[in-house]
Amino acid sequence: MQQQINREPALASKPRNRLANSQHLAPYLFVLPFIISFLLFFAYPLINAIIMSFQSVLPGEVTFVGLDNYRELWNTDFADALYNSSRYTLFTLLLLIPIPLLLAVMLNSKKMPFSNFFRSTLFIPALTSVVVAGVVFRMIFGELDGALMNSFLHLFGISSQRWLYSSELSMFALLVLASWRWIGINILYFLSALQNIPSDLYEAADIDGAGTRTKFMKITVPLLKPITVYVLTISIYGGYAMFTESYMLWAGKPSPQNIGLTIVGYIYQQGFQYFNLGFGSAIGVTLLGITLAVSMLQLILTGMFKKEE
Amino acid sequence: MKKQGLVTLAAMMALSMGLSGCGGAGNNTKNATGSAPVKTDNAQAESTTNAGGSAKAEKLVFWTFVDAHQKFMESMADSWNQSHPDKQIELEGTTIPYDDMHTKLLIALQSGVGAPDLVDIEQSKFPNFMKGTPQLVSLNDILEPELGNIVKSRVEIYSKDSTYYGIDYHVGATVMYYNKELMDQAGLNADDIKTWTDFETAGKTMLEKTGKPMITFEGNGNWSWWPAISQQGSDQVDKDGNATVDTPVNVQTMQFFQKLVKEGVAAVAPGAGHDTEEYFGYMDSESAASVFMPFWFMGRFTDHMPDLKGKMIIRPMPAWTEGGNRSAGMGGTATSITNQAKNPELLKEFLSYAKLSKEGNIQIWKQLGFDPIRTDVWNDPAMKESNKYTDYFGTDIFDTLLSVKDEIAPVNIREISPKVFDAIRNEAIPMIFIDMADPAVVLKKVQDSLK
Repeated sequence: MQQQINREPALASKPRNRLANSQHLAPYLFVLPFIISFLLFFAYPLINAIIMSFQSVLPGEVTFVGLDNYRELWNTDFADALYNSSRYTLFTLLLLIPIPLLLAVMLNSKKMPFSNFFRSTLFIPALTSVVVAGVVFRMIFGELDGALMNSFLHLFGISSQRWLYSSELSMFALLVLASWRWIGINILYFLSALQNIPSDLYEAADIDGAGTRTKFMKITVPLLKPITVYVLTISIYGGYAMFTESYMLWAGKPSPQNIGLTIVGYIYQQGFQYFNLGFGSAIGVTLLGITLAVSMLQLILTGMFKKEE
Repeated sequence: MKKQGLVTLAAMMALSMGLSGCGGAGNNTKNATGSAPVKTDNAQAESTTNAGGSAKAEKLVFWTFVDAHQKFMESMADSWNQSHPDKQIELEGTTIPYDDMHTKLLIALQSGVGAPDLVDIEQSKFPNFMKGTPQLVSLNDILEPELGNIVKSRVEIYSKDSTYYGIDYHVGATVMYYNKELMDQAGLNADDIKTWTDFETAGKTMLEKTGKPMITFEGNGNWSWWPAISQQGSDQVDKDGNATVDTPVNVQTMQFFQKLVKEGVAAVAPGAGHDTEEYFGYMDSESAASVFMPFWFMGRFTDHMPDLKGKMIIRPMPAWTEGGNRSAGMGGTATSITNQAKNPELLKEFLSYAKLSKEGNIQIWKQLGFDPIRTDVWNDPAMKESNKYTDYFGTDIFDTLLSVKDEIAPVNIREISPKVFDAIRNEAIPMIFIDMADPAVVLKKVQDSLK
C-alpha cells in the first residue's frame, strides 16, 4: 500500500491511468454489475414487453397490431381479475398493517412473556414455500365435513361450507393464507422501527402522566409513519402481484367463475395457457400502470413527497 | 503497478458480471435444455447396451410431464438399442411439472433455442402449438402406413392442414366403473343397464336400497359432460373451429344430468372433480356406486383407491338410444418431434417403434395401463396377462373395450378449444352442478361469450 502511494505522483501524468484510478469513476465501476444486470434482466424485458403488447406473437409470425391488445382488455375476465386483485389488496392492507403493528408493540414490550418464542413462531410462516402453504390451505378449506375449517364450524353448530366455490368464502380463505404468511414479516419491519424510537420520549410521557393508549397514539404511531408507509407500499405491490396463493388454492386449475382469478393469474392464463403473448404483455403493462398509479396516490396522500419540515 | 490495478479492476468486474448477469444466462440455457438429472439407473442401462453397439449413440432429449411416460420411453430406448446396434440412441428423459413443461416448450419454440428433440404435449394444450407456423415436425411418413391399424381420431386431433404432428399414447375410451359390491347390495346387475334411462331407474333403486348416489359428476371439470355429448355425435367445438356449446343435444344432456343430481341419483364429486384427493377418499369409502371416466382413470383406482380392489368392474357406458354409441375417446397426450431436433429421421424411426409398433403398443398397456391406439393388439393374449390392473378389475377389461371399439366418435380439437374448455370448466359446470342454474341459460351465455 505504501509503495502504491509513493508511486502515485510519477504515474499521475498518464491520462489513461488517471482515469482508471479516478475517484469519480470508481463508484460507477462498482455499481456497474448492478446496472448491467438491471439493464439485462429488468429494463430489456420491460421494454420488450411494452413492444410485445402492440404485437400479435405467434410461432414464426410476429405482426404489429396497434392498440388491438389493449382494446381486448375491455372484457369481463379482466374486470373480474381487476376486481379480485383490488379487493384482495384492500383487505390485506386493512389486515396486514394494524395487526402486525399491534403485535409488534406487544412483542416489544418488556412485560410480554416468551416474546422471543412468539417472535419466531409468528415469523416461521414467512419461511414456508407458498406452494406448500397453498396445498395445506387447500386441505384446510376442503368441502368435506372432515376438513379443518368445516370441523371448526361444526363446533358452533354451523354446517359445512364449500369454501372454494363462493366468491366471499374463497376471498376469506385467501386472506387467512395471506395473514398467516405475511404477518410475521410486517411484525419484523415494525419491531425494527420500534426499537429506533428513543426510550426517553416514553419516559418524558410517563412523567407527564400519559397512559399507555396516549403514548401509543401520540408517540408510537406518528414515529412509525415512515415504516408504515413503506409497509403500505410493499403491501399494495404484493396484493396486486398475488398469483401463487390463488393458483395453489385451486390446484393449478382455473377457479370456478373466476372467483380466484387475479391480474397476474390472467397474464399467466392468456400468455402461457392460451399462448397469447402479445395480449399477456398488454395486461402486464396495464398492471404496471395500475400499481404505479395506486402507489403514487398513496404516497401523495400520506405526504411522502412533501419536504420535511 | 497502475496497470496491475487496472487488470485487478477488470478481473473484479468480469467476476461480478459473471456472478450476476452471465451466471443467470447460463442457468437459463441449462434449464431450457433439460436441467433435471438423467436417471442414473437408466444411464447405466444405456451404457451397457451401448457397449455392444458399434455406432456412437445419438443423444436425444425427451421432455414429459408424467414420470411413467419417461420410464416407458426409457424402456423403449433400451429395447431399441438392443435391436438396432447400428443406430444407438441415448435418451435423456426429463419429467417437468405439467404447466411448467408446456410453458417452457412454448418459450423454447417461440425463441428458437432450447427445445427438446422429443416432447409430450397434452391434448388441451396442443392447439397452442398449432398456432402460426407449427414448430413441430410432420409425422405423415411414419403415420400414413399405419392409419388402417390405429384409431385414426387419435392422431387427427394432433393435425393441421392434413399434416400430423403428434401420436397419442392411448384411445382414452370412456367406460363405466361400477362398484359391484354396492350393485349387488341394491340387487342390480350392471349388464342389464343398456341405456341412460335404464341407468336412471337403477339409480333410483340404488338410492332407495342403500341411500347412496348411483354416480358422481364433476363439479368443475369436463369429464362428465363431454363424453356424454360425444357419445351422441356432438361436441363443444365443430370441425371448422367454432364453439358449439349450446346445441340442443348439449343442453338436453346437461338438463338430464342436472335432473339426476336433483333426484339424488347423482352427486357432485367432492372436491368438484374426479381427480381430487377428496373424491378419492369419498369413492374409496364406497360412497357412490359408479363413475364414468376415460380408460386412463384405471390408474387412479389402483393408486389412490386401494380399498376398492376386486370390487370394481368395467362396463360400457349406457347408450342414449338403443344401439347408440357406448363410449367416447377422451383426453390424451401426444408425443411430437420439435423442429429443433438434430436428427429428425432417426427420431421418427424411434417414435414409430415406441408408439406405433405392436410391441410398443403392448408395452403401453403393460407399463402404463392405457388402451393403446393400435386396436389389433387389443385381443392379443398379452392383454390378459396378470398385472396390477387385471388384479384390480379382473381379466375382462379388453373384452369390454373390444365391444365398444367402433363406437368411439372423434372429437374436434381446434385453436379455440383451450378457451372453450376453460369456459365450460369454470363457468358452465359449476353454475349448473353447484349453483343449480338452468343449463339452457348457462350454456347460451357461455356460447355468447365465446363468439
